[in-house]
Amino acid sequence: MALQSVKEPTVEQIADQKIYQQFGVTDEEFEKICGFLGRKPNYTEIGVFSVMWSEHCSYKTSKPILRKFPTTGERVLMGPGEGAGIVDIGDNQAVVFKIESHNHPSAVEPYQGAATGVGGIIRDIFSMGARPIALLNSLRFGDLNNDRVKYLFEHVVEGIAGYGNCIGIPTVGGEVNFDDSYEGNPLVNAMCVGLIDHDQIQKGVAEGVGNPVFYVGPATGRDGIHGATFSSEELTEETQAKRSAVQVGDPFMEKLVMEACLELIDSGIVLGIQDMGAAGLTCSSSEMASKAGNGMELYLDQVPQREEGMTPYEMMLSESQERMLFVIKPEHEEQAVNIFKRWGLDCPKVGKVTNDGSLKLFHHRELVADMPVTALVDECPVYNKPSKVPEYYESNQNLELTYEEVVDLNQALKDVLASPTVASKEWVYNQYDYMVRTSTAVQPGSDAAVVTIRGTRKALAMTTDCNSRFVYLDPEVGGKIATSEAARNIVCSGAEPLAITDNLNFGNPDKPEIFWQLDQSAEGIAEACNVLNTPVIGGNVSLYNENSKGAINPTPVIGMVGLVHDVDHITTQGFKNDGDIIFLLGETKNELGGSEFQKIVHGQTEGKPPVLDLNTEKRLLDTVLQAIQKGFVASAHDLSEGGLAVALSESCISGEKGAEVNFQSDLRPDLALFSESQSRILLTASAEEVEQLEQWLTEQAVPYQIIGKVTGSSNLNIKVDGQQAIQSSVEQLEKVWKDAIPCLMK
Amino acid sequence: MNFAVLVFPGSNCDIDCYNAVEDTVGQSVDYVWHTAADLSKYDCIILPGGFSYGDYLRSGAISRFAPVMNEVVKAAEQGKYIIGICNGFQILLESGLLPGAMRRNNTVKFRCHHSNLKVQNNTNPFTQEYKLGEVIDIPIAHMEGNYYCDENTLASLKENNQIVFTYEGDNPNGSVADIAGICNEKGNVLGMMPHPERAVHDILGSADGKKMFTSVLSAWREKNGVAIG
Repeated sequence: MALQSVKEPTVEQIADQKIYQQFGVTDEEFEKICGFLGRKPNYTEIGVFSVMWSEHCSYKTSKPILRKFPTTGERVLMGPGEGAGIVDIGDNQAVVFKIESHNHPSAVEPYQGAATGVGGIIRDIFSMGARPIALLNSLRFGDLNNDRVKYLFEHVVEGIAGYGNCIGIPTVGGEVNFDDSYEGNPLVNAMCVGLIDHDQIQKGVAEGVGNPVFYVGPATGRDGIHGATFSSEELTEETQAKRSAVQVGDPFMEKLVMEACLELIDSGIVLGIQDMGAAGLTCSSSEMASKAGNGMELYLDQVPQREEGMTPYEMMLSESQERMLFVIKPEHEEQAVNIFKRWGLDCPKVGKVTNDGSLKLFHHRELVADMPVTALVDECPVYNKPSKVPEYYESNQNLELTYEEVVDLNQALKDVLASPTVASKEWVYNQYDYMVRTSTAVQPGSDAAVVTIRGTRKALAMTTDCNSRFVYLDPEVGGKIATSEAARNIVCSGAEPLAITDNLNFGNPDKPEIFWQLDQSAEGIAEACNVLNTPVIGGNVSLYNENSKGAINPTPVIGMVGLVHDVDHITTQGFKNDGDIIFLLGETKNELGGSEFQKIVHGQTEGKPPVLDLNTEKRLLDTVLQAIQKGFVASAHDLSEGGLAVALSESCISGEKGAEVNFQSDLRPDLALFSESQSRILLTASAEEVEQLEQWLTEQAVPYQIIGKVTGSSNLNIKVDGQQAIQSSVEQLEKVWKDAIPCLMK
Repeated sequence: MNFAVLVFPGSNCDIDCYNAVEDTVGQSVDYVWHTAADLSKYDCIILPGGFSYGDYLRSGAISRFAPVMNEVVKAAEQGKYIIGICNGFQILLESGLLPGAMRRNNTVKFRCHHSNLKVQNNTNPFTQEYKLGEVIDIPIAHMEGNYYCDENTLASLKENNQIVFTYEGDNPNGSVADIAGICNEKGNVLGMMPHPERAVHDILGSADGKKMFTSVLSAWREKNGVAIG
């Protein structure tokens, strides 16, 4: 073993002074590492182990949870484990997608944190061989009246725009929610969707002993060192000082790397390719070797370095962006070099595939680290954390909600429409180029975005969803609701739900109550995926999301993709024609727990969330999708935050129409209009299609009520049981809804 | 008729322009690399949008030095049709083929949305199939679209009928005289911030950009005496 840099602690110091604890390695884990090595690790080795055994890379806490998810299905070509999951969409084509968080970096450095989150998820997609065709993002912030929250919101959005716009992948959808619990710990989850032909699918494997390993992308710098560990601990003032753990993005470089890599893959010479994401060179090299059952040698002097005097430790742990690692046969080297040269890139040879199962690092011609790859990748201990039902859950379950009747429903509707969570997100998405690639058939602002596939009649619908207040009040029910709402959005766009990717954002799982939230919500998601036939094909876990006041609301974000079989089926939420008849499908119950109305008007989040019966949901989804495919439906809109009143407003605003509604209900008008009962969809049909639609719904035993009609007037009039409840000009509602976020951001 | 779509490192509307040519006029179209030294084969050259060279330094400032730009200047002198869209417009300004300069949007933010344009000149090869004063829906997507020129230049733009498109209603970026697109004096070089290639199919929200491509084809046929059909 070579001498380490004088600044680095010695093998003895690491062990005796327990320096490994600074990297989040426990005493027990350190013992195991010594066991695998047959000796004590040096500084580089403990660094490499600590990132590979961090929650971010090893899922040591969440593995038992993730096992609950169904991950297979007749269409699934690749489930979790590779860069991204893949689902067949016919004609030798497949869709590739994944969601990933960049929460902690965005809390500290919002522009770069968000930008590199986008960059990272794009690499996951094109490293599979797929052409990225769309981006989405799910964002959560604290109360938008807070100046720091405004700062984070503004710069996260700019960071996403800066990266996505430059690289030329449209940002077509997602969601933005606001809740106190995210103050100081925003959530930034980025999703990318790609398109691939079956025979182009790549894997991150180091195949073929003796084959060379190449590095492409910008030089490695000292940025992002220990990013994976950073994201696996709570944010405190101390960790905020770890700013160097945040990387800096260069979307122009990624554009070049992406085009060159896709060209390389297209040439058919790639044996294995993987991006350097979390834990950079460490993770990509050891995972590629492990998946092939091989080892790898890396010659660190060949790694392009941005600064002089970088140590092996720094090179291995750097999270410099836009870098990829790939393996080809030696005879193809010149071909690869030429492809990259055309794009102005170098691809130095930095290693070799070996058969000894070890990751060996050489620096200045000396062996500086030698670790078994299986120990790094597969042998991290898995923890079954203690779980405990929190007190807040019990008390909410037993709480009877007895609010006084709200009489001024016009005002209540305006207040809910002006809530930043419900309000128009135009301020956000107008900063995103959502039209580049000229395939965006349904632009941001409807239930799901729809992107067409050139040369076919097909299209892909995509959405991200999670109402974290429901998950907080009852994680299992909340998990079911998040998945079902995503499916409803997909169906309302005219698509068949295919599969999901999930991003589990939770607090510190060492707290039994938090672990319970994680466990229960996964249970709910798994049940929903089983019934709705949408397997989990990949995802990401982000734990330790806490601020000085405690944990964030449990937020398992569901990213779902659906297949539109024919572009003629594409449906949007806006009302279409004067005289169209409005149907409300599903049952409206007295369910205000966790609703937007409860929060905005009563200032509370309490009680039980709405119930959700998965079989009822499945029947509703199948029935509506077929109704759309049969051509009975003019517009479709899922009922979510703000219930029926908000859904009607949104359909009027986006369709530039009015509506006359009389809703028959046993409930008090405020409950009838703002309840967030699940499994409800608003449909409209032209007068000619009404009879057929009614017959179809009756046949399928889906409960419905004809509640009114679309008008050419510019007013929304809603009666409940014949009594006037809401009467407003659509223009006024639109103004409240559209101005809310720009006003707060001025 | 032969179209070229130039590809600079960082161009990202190249595919969209290529597809738009195929879908609207169905003529031959090639991607042409930024290092190309011969454009003699092409009748119309499109400089697409994107972030060439990452927009580093200043939008279009590095691309103007790409080898292919010498050929673009030559082609312009020969009277061939040159269209610069968004970043392509910025490159034409930087290379001096069109007068003026681009500043950051006065809203300071990137803006992407549909936008109404008024056709101010329908006597050039790019707009001859539009009506004068026609209002068309063409999307914008840019951070630096705030066109600027001094008073003398503006006066000469007006005098020579070089203002081709203006924003109708909301001016999204603060450009001088609501300018969205201009041409050179000869009328064979057009630069515009909005993206006509994004408005060639109803399913994308507008097909108002189609006539730009069909206008160019008609103009070329008239000039070269090719029978229509």
